[in-house]
Amino acid sequence: MEKLYFNRKYVFIGLFLFTGLVFLVRLFYVQILADRFILSASNNVLRYITQYPARGLIYDRNGELLVYNEAAYDMMVIPRQVKGMDTVEFCRLLEIDLEDFRERIKKATQYSSYKPSIFESQISRENFGALQEKMFMFPGFFVQPRTLRKYPHPIAAHMLGYVGEANPRTIERNPYYKPGDYIGISGIEKSYEELLRGKKGMKIRVVDVHNRDMGSFQKGRYDTISAPGTDLWSSIDINLQAYGELLMKNKKGSIVAIEPSSGEILCLITSPSYDPNLLVGRIRNKNFSLLIADSVNIPLFNRALMATYPPGSTFKVANALVAEQEEIIFPNTRYSCTGGFPLGNGHMVACHEHESPVNLVASIQNSCNTYYCNVFKRILDKYGFYETEKGYNGWRNHILTFGFGNRLGLDLPGELSGNIPVTAYYDKYYGKNRWRSLTVISMAIGQGEVLVTPIQLANMTALIANRGYYYIPHIIKGIGKPVSVNRGFVRKNESSIDPGYFDPVIDGMEQVVLAGTAMNARLDTISICAKTGTAQNPHGDNHSIFIAFAPKENPKIALSVVVENAGWGTTWAAPIASLMIEKYLRGEVKRKQVEEWLVNSNLIDK
Amino acid sequence: MRIEHGIFYRIDWVMIVLYLVLVFFGWFNIYSAVYDEQYTSMFDFSQRNGKQLIWIVAALILAIVTLAIDPKFFSQFTWLFYGGMLILMLVVIFLGREVSGARSWLHFGQVSIQPAEFAKMATALIIAKKLSKIDLNINKSRTWLQLCSLAFLPAILILLQRDMGSALIFLAFLMVFYRFGMSGYVLIGLIGILVIGILSLLIDKFILIGILFFLAFLFFLFSHKTVRRLLIILLILLVSVGYMFSVDYAVNRILKPYQRERINVLIGKTSDPQGAGYNVNQSLIAIGSGQILGKGYLNGTQTKYHFVPEQSTDFIFCTVGEEWGFTGSLVLIVLYIGLFVRIILIAERQRAKFSRVYGYCVASILFFHFAINIGMTLGLMPVIGIPLPFLSYGGSSLWAFTILLFIFIRQDSYRSELV
Repeated sequence: MEKLYFNRKYVFIGLFLFTGLVFLVRLFYVQILADRFILSASNNVLRYITQYPARGLIYDRNGELLVYNEAAYDMMVIPRQVKGMDTVEFCRLLEIDLEDFRERIKKATQYSSYKPSIFESQISRENFGALQEKMFMFPGFFVQPRTLRKYPHPIAAHMLGYVGEANPRTIERNPYYKPGDYIGISGIEKSYEELLRGKKGMKIRVVDVHNRDMGSFQKGRYDTISAPGTDLWSSIDINLQAYGELLMKNKKGSIVAIEPSSGEILCLITSPSYDPNLLVGRIRNKNFSLLIADSVNIPLFNRALMATYPPGSTFKVANALVAEQEEIIFPNTRYSCTGGFPLGNGHMVACHEHESPVNLVASIQNSCNTYYCNVFKRILDKYGFYETEKGYNGWRNHILTFGFGNRLGLDLPGELSGNIPVTAYYDKYYGKNRWRSLTVISMAIGQGEVLVTPIQLANMTALIANRGYYYIPHIIKGIGKPVSVNRGFVRKNESSIDPGYFDPVIDGMEQVVLAGTAMNARLDTISICAKTGTAQNPHGDNHSIFIAFAPKENPKIALSVVVENAGWGTTWAAPIASLMIEKYLRGEVKRKQVEEWLVNSNLIDK
Repeated sequence: MRIEHGIFYRIDWVMIVLYLVLVFFGWFNIYSAVYDEQYTSMFDFSQRNGKQLIWIVAALILAIVTLAIDPKFFSQFTWLFYGGMLILMLVVIFLGREVSGARSWLHFGQVSIQPAEFAKMATALIIAKKLSKIDLNINKSRTWLQLCSLAFLPAILILLQRDMGSALIFLAFLMVFYRFGMSGYVLIGLIGILVIGILSLLIDKFILIGILFFLAFLFFLFSHKTVRRLLIILLILLVSVGYMFSVDYAVNRILKPYQRERINVLIGKTSDPQGAGYNVNQSLIAIGSGQILGKGYLNGTQTKYHFVPEQSTDFIFCTVGEEWGFTGSLVLIVLYIGLFVRIILIAERQRAKFSRVYGYCVASILFFHFAINIGMTLGLMPVIGIPLPFLSYGGSSLWAFTILLFIFIRQDSYRSELV
């Protein structure tokens, strides 16, 4: 009877083998074919923690600290872990209201309920002190140390620039940046971003099922170490910068000073400005809105690089050099001035009262409009009265080698190119071959269509000081150490003017201060070479403009000063430039009453 | 005296070696599963690995004692074991302590035991005793119902302890009944009930009814076409349809939402990796991330950082899968299947029917545990909390399995003495 069922043992053995086989097939799929499980396993236990390096510091040319870092703390939240806490106390500590708290939690949850996101950014060290001892009461919250930029001197805001969180577009373009990362937005912070930021590191931590930290992954074998940002040494002299900003108080305009022998920018002043500490941390957004809303002073506008002005009479030195190079005039070429240059249509370019006739040196010394109208007309008519275009292009090509009409390419963002019009511009305006030298004669005295930036004016001054060449102005002279080669700024840019032609022009510029239009800029023992300018413009009163370099031999400083709508170049720009030269070359200013008068003059609310 | 002298040579060493390998492999894996940087000693008795070592030593003593006892002791006093066990189970229902929802533990000072684990052994003995009676016809309804009562009475008491997993194991005796003459239709019927129940939740009931009628028609076509048979088939169909609707009603109306959710996850209707499906999902991640060779002993991240719940007990196979990979899992499964097949082969060589039936009981019980437990960790079976024989942490289950197996080894060693 029982034998009948003997074969049923094979059912058992078969079932066992079949079950084993099913398990092995399943295991083969789960362990070998599918890869989602291994991914999930690492997602379960690994937490990638970014290590933010300290941003590089910035010093001035004498090693004075301009920008440093201060610890700040981002309050991070992992929404899933937030529970059972005194929300009211938490809000009180962070100075937010309950509504705000819920809103932020909601926002963080939308991003991810189990990944950390920023709840409150940039809590200052002082505020963090109060929070720190109570952090244990707030599960799901933790702080991540970050650094904030700090500025010991409340000056040079535009030049230094500011940092802020990278915007979504940047993040999309550059995979280095993640939401919440800082990036330089303007000034040196922007142009040297890659050096200053250093390199982020990544720590891989292992967490258990309760998200508790269980130590580093594989003893840190896969961690990457953050590299601190590179320190930078600026060519700025902070004392000169501070002094210039003081002099420019309550005035609109700029001062740009360059060391001619190197192209290093000694100061870059734009006024009105703001305290760079305003654009740091939590107060940044509020202050930024306030600054951008100030449409009268436009404090965020960097006039030194972005404002374009007619250069006025300062442009005469450029025209003199071109005329010499074109052999249209010689040092002893004279023109008589009878109060102006007749345009042949009943109008004339007026000139002021001065000795007559004047040679080249005296033309600069007295800033004679008549002289330069004659010279400019002859440059443009060099190939004949009807060959204006050819003559104009010859002139324009010379002027371009002075650094006008194009961006200089310095190491700061936002620079504008100014304008030296192309012939096509006039062709379009007047018709092809329908304009003559007299049509554009106002450019002889730096008026009309020609527009330059203060940095271009200072650069031309440096070029004259160097007798024919310039280095592209730059703000950083040392990368990682006080002095190093800043690539891109070591090439000599030669002008098209032979060095020999500079002497009479420089003599004329010296006479400007000694016995010409700017005798108030005279400095007893230091020979200053300068040129005044009074630029007519459609925006109101004339701009007061002054360019100067000193000393005459072996020049140490070349600068341009622009005071908007202030009147004569002599009145405002000249004494400011003179004081700046004195400050830089002597270290202190003795002419206290001039200084006091300038500091106390308010030309904005006049 | 002859028996005492010869036992060493007549016990089946293959089973014993397989047993020892599994037990110690289990101990190693428990050490890994509960590994804590603060308690790194394998012999720290405050940790589960240390405790398991005590259980193992006790189990080995129990094994030796079992081998020393006269085999007739087990076949003679089956009613005593069975009756004692039933009383113990009743005591548990009223005096037991509740551990994670089940009231199935009895405490004696420091030691707590789970009588349900031992109930399987006692039931196996009484079934073996009952089935070994001469002239027993299992297909007589009365006999069959008697056997079923013996097998499922303890299961009902275990259900009263709210320990569904352990109760389910008693279905293993149906396999034993099948081996010894029960009609295969009973098993087919049971499987049919299960399949129809699941399908009625998964697919449209009217499509299912259509399929059932089609199958019934095919069956009738190829069998004796008698009126009686037709009526039986129609009756079965009617009952099936009624059953389908009652399953649907029970699941959607009677069960609580969380229970319904668990069933839905189980049959693959919904996935809920954070909720009801959490265990299985984490278990699969652990095993899946082991890949071919595993992460290495003590290097399993899922294991070490406690992502899988019940890792040292019900989910111990995750540790194997994660740290020993496909290779280790394959070896382990081969070992188990080897043990089961060995038990069957040895059972078949028994002269005494008692021993043979008992052997089948042992194989079936162990196999049910194995299939449900590993099936669960691999997401092929519902999450039913039962231990993996010899590997899972726990004194009661280890001792019960040890005694269960060694009684059989003892019976086998004695086979030539008997008629």
